[in-house]
Amino acid sequence: MPKLKTGGRFKSAVCAGEIMVVTASEDDVVLTCGGADMVAPGTEVADGAQVHPDHAVGIAMGKRYISEDETIEVLCVKAGDGSLAVNGQLMLQKDTKQLPKTD
Amino acid sequence: MNVMMLLEMASGAFPDRPAFTDGERGLTYTYSELFEAARSRAGSIRAQGASRMAKLDVSNLGTPLGLFASAWAGVPYVPLNYRLTNEEIQALLKRVTPAYLVTSSDRVDAFGALDDVHAVATEGFLDASQHAMPVDGEWAMDPDEVAVLLFTSGTTGEPKAAVLRHKHLVSYILSSVEFASAPEEDASLVCVPPYHIAGIAAIMSSVYSGRHVIQLPNFTAERWIELARQHQVTTAFVVPTMLARIVETLEAQGVTTADMPYLNSLAYGGGKMPLSVIEKAMTLFPQTDFSNAYGLTETSSTICVLGPDAHRDAVSSPTEAGRRRLVSVGQALPGVEIEIRDDEGRVLGAGERGEIYVRGEQVSGEYEGKGSVVDADGWFPTRDAGSIDDEGFLFLEGRADDVIVRGGENLSPGEIEDVLLTHPAVADAAVVGVPDEQWGEAVAAAVVAKAGARIDEEALKELVKEQLRSSRVPAHMEVWSELPYNETGKLLRRMVKASFEETLN
Repeated sequence: MPKLKTGGRFKSAVCAGEIMVVTASEDDVVLTCGGADMVAPGTEVADGAQVHPDHAVGIAMGKRYISEDETIEVLCVKAGDGSLAVNGQLMLQKDTKQLPKTD
Repeated sequence: MNVMMLLEMASGAFPDRPAFTDGERGLTYTYSELFEAARSRAGSIRAQGASRMAKLDVSNLGTPLGLFASAWAGVPYVPLNYRLTNEEIQALLKRVTPAYLVTSSDRVDAFGALDDVHAVATEGFLDASQHAMPVDGEWAMDPDEVAVLLFTSGTTGEPKAAVLRHKHLVSYILSSVEFASAPEEDASLVCVPPYHIAGIAAIMSSVYSGRHVIQLPNFTAERWIELARQHQVTTAFVVPTMLARIVETLEAQGVTTADMPYLNSLAYGGGKMPLSVIEKAMTLFPQTDFSNAYGLTETSSTICVLGPDAHRDAVSSPTEAGRRRLVSVGQALPGVEIEIRDDEGRVLGAGERGEIYVRGEQVSGEYEGKGSVVDADGWFPTRDAGSIDDEGFLFLEGRADDVIVRGGENLSPGEIEDVLLTHPAVADAAVVGVPDEQWGEAVAAAVVAKAGARIDEEALKELVKEQLRSSRVPAHMEVWSELPYNETGKLLRRMVKASFEETLN
């Protein structure tokens, strides 16, 4: 898959999920959703591809996910049934601290 | 990374929710309507070959539409101050050509005649039938593209254009707003000028949280109160002078509470809030949470917040230091670091006054044509003076440039003003430095009396001497009926200074 870049967008090959990269790392990594490599938006994906049962917790719109070593962070911009993973390791959901509304 | 993504997500998640309502004209865009309108106006901006989109008008539906359509078209959005003279506006427009200008109908002819300015009236911009060439495809995702150019209200010389890139604005929103966190019935009353960073931030925060924005184009306290009740507004942002007017108006109506039980949250910022105003406001709005926000154009809006709990803790604190936090601007947002430094760049400790430096992903610190003023480690010098207490609460002390240098000693106008304001007869105070043969600069104070109170100048001088030191005692003092503020509540210190200089000459 192409190198991750801040601002770059990817979609899942096996579910409706889409993400945007918030923090990228210099390393070559494999970003997967539902156990399958993520692809550039607009890429045709094969019908009938399945979410891997070990990567099936799903991602929620507006939630941010970080890699275990906290070097990569992505934002879910479309919800999906697959879970995100970096080099096979599941990403963790990051909490946004609730702040007072100021604007 | 592009601010359009914020609208795309909102439009995908709650397409039929009302997004923006023009409080005067009553027109509304839902999230999906705003998204589709942005697509078609992006096409019009591109078709004109514009390199910037400028907006010169009061707040209306064209304001959020302009911001998002520019982002989709890939050109910076440039909101201009409609209170400037035609000459001043022309000078700014010439710096952003070729421009697609959206303005009030009475200004289309004058500015449309300029070279490389394509001017359309706001009504035409909002009329979907005049924009039949929607842009094909997605917006650019390069985080380094410029999203907004904001001319800062420079006090001297040419206004500077602060550069805010998509990465700054999106970082600010992602770190401070939870997506879709607003309940469906939430409504926000936005009355800050559309050419102010708080106006830009309000658009993005509301969209990302899914809140319905009610726009109040020309602020009056009466209209603010009416709209807040009519739309059962749940959240609002005001500058200190606006809150002072709202408090005055409610008091003049003889009410003991504002009768706005829906108003959960009232945030303020943009200038120094007089203690008497915030205390009265907390009584008039007993069910409302108050937050004080501090931020700058160059930092994509808010960097520090004094939240509702901190307000309540301060009011009920048994110690002087605890109560003083009510006039602080709170603590840094997550992802934002703040330091106080002295003239030589050394980092100062708790309680020491110096210049405020800030670092974080939302910090731009860049001006068009002048480059970045951020240092190698990412720190932006705000030119604001302040101090941080031992728990990280930031206190503002005015602009670093406002420091009075008297006989080699640096005096903070804010410190002297704070003491003057503790006197029961004083409603407002402004302290400036004026030229002095013996000392280089001398302290001059303009004070405003509370209604029915009489100012005893000698008593005020004695108070400053007791609380501070004799070097801080104003050498010149005048009683004014009011102090000059700009429309966002900033004290126009240079006007106070100029008036003293004229009198003294």
